[in-house]
Amino acid sequence: MKFIAVIRQVPDGESRLRIQGDRVDLSGATLILDQMDEYGVEEALRLKEKHGGEAVVVGFGPERTEEAIRTALAMGMDRGIHVVYEGYADPVTVAEALAPILKEESPTLILTGGQQADWDSQALGGALAEALGVPVVAWTTALELEGETAKAKHDLDEGAEWVRVRLPAVFTTQQGLNEPRYPTLPGIMKAKKKEIKKVPFGGGSRVEILQESIQEKTRLQKVLDGKDPVAAAEELVRLLHEEAKVI
Amino acid sequence: MILVVLDHDGSRLRKASLEALTRARRLAEALGERVAGVLLAEGQAPVEEARGHVETLYVAELGPYTAEKWAAGILEAAKAGVKAIVAPSSRQSRTYLGRVAYALKAGLLEDTLDSWAEGGQVYATRYAYLNRVTQKVRSALPVVLTVKPNTTPLAEPLGAQGEVVALSLPPVATVEVLERVQEEKKGVSLTEADVVVTGGRGLGSPEAFQKVEELAALLGGAVGATRAVVDAGWRPYSEQVGQTGKTVQPSLYIALGVSGAVQHLAGMNKSKYIVAVNKDPEAPIFKHADYGIVGDVHQVLPALIHAVKKLKD
Repeated sequence: MKFIAVIRQVPDGESRLRIQGDRVDLSGATLILDQMDEYGVEEALRLKEKHGGEAVVVGFGPERTEEAIRTALAMGMDRGIHVVYEGYADPVTVAEALAPILKEESPTLILTGGQQADWDSQALGGALAEALGVPVVAWTTALELEGETAKAKHDLDEGAEWVRVRLPAVFTTQQGLNEPRYPTLPGIMKAKKKEIKKVPFGGGSRVEILQESIQEKTRLQKVLDGKDPVAAAEELVRLLHEEAKVI
Repeated sequence: MILVVLDHDGSRLRKASLEALTRARRLAEALGERVAGVLLAEGQAPVEEARGHVETLYVAELGPYTAEKWAAGILEAAKAGVKAIVAPSSRQSRTYLGRVAYALKAGLLEDTLDSWAEGGQVYATRYAYLNRVTQKVRSALPVVLTVKPNTTPLAEPLGAQGEVVALSLPPVATVEVLERVQEEKKGVSLTEADVVVTGGRGLGSPEAFQKVEELAALLGGAVGATRAVVDAGWRPYSEQVGQTGKTVQPSLYIALGVSGAVQHLAGMNKSKYIVAVNKDPEAPIFKHADYGIVGDVHQVLPALIHAVKKLKD
């Protein structure tokens, strides 16, 4: 059995983003393994612990992505593959870059995050599945192997459902699937020696980012003291009615 | 051809489909193309309503939703030669359109705020970095584009009755749906509501949500919940607002006992006005709020309900 987690490195959501020459500049930001992808790494580790085999992390992105791959290795993944690409790539292009590697690895299943914390894309799971000619189960919250198939629970736009899917398949992950473990010190030491195979990608993105701007709305920040809750509530309702005119 | 995916609830087209139609017509005009629709259904579909909006309507009865079947249906309709596919943005559409975009080797523009064609290319604006950044992006044709709900005027019917073409698809059976867990829907839908009242862990118990419901009902709004509340089993997942839940953009967002984690902010930071009630003056939510009350939510919430009732009288 072989379980693959596809990951990316993204800025921490708490990081301050700066704009430099019409584009987001990440040079001052803390970069982390995408938390949505972290659920995929954890699930790959749990599946390996239960069913045996190998857990492989595949990362896509610039050189610095190696740090995120090392984090996954420190969590316990066996080896890494890094598809090296600078700059923005749309999900179809990323799937094209990863497809030959994933085909060659011939995994039991593939996991990746439900949404990317930098490009806000939710499409990589679907695009990867199409590239490999396998099914996709999106927003998975439970996953069990049953021989040649897997039983999974996943969210729909309204409600949720249990499905049975023939393997191999792609699963996109989210909260609720598991609680990702922290890398341990021995894990971090071991990770330094684990193999990361580097694969360059020479393709180009179909979608081009022309301009980025931060438009965090300036908030009024009118904060009232609630020691007298009735007075504070009345003043708030007055402000919402007369000033903001939203009620 | 510009192909619009006409999402529906079994009896009516969703409002988001009428927004997608508006966007599709704009692209069609700029690119000199015609607009066709595709209606995918599990059982009943509003064929008569849909054909009033397009010259050609492709219809397929597909059984229970799977990304594979929906992608196959759209690709079959696209065989007539497609320049752009326009669909309402939803979790499901953003999954099956990943398949479609790959199959067509198309540029994929997800959850767009606006879109236009110029010089044979398609431009769009969209949010990135958990809704913190606005991007302007460009793709050559073909393009697959999803429309963020509540961004676009609704299309009016053409007054014509489009030709209906039934699609026949080879069976796609890689995913078997075992059991559907439907959630009870009541009141205004969260993503379309103009007022959202969200409760966080600070409310302390599922019972405290009765008052949240009361305030939401008074304001004609919907109830939201944070991830912590949903994880604790106090509220259903369908009410979760945030990166892993729903994204909302109401005129008024009221956060009660919500600390303001980044993942939560990603789901509501585009609201016109944000109100926070929290006993901790250092809670991050206050930095993102227009109005706030530092106080005990158990005292402030009933007082708020009372004050709103007084205003309405």
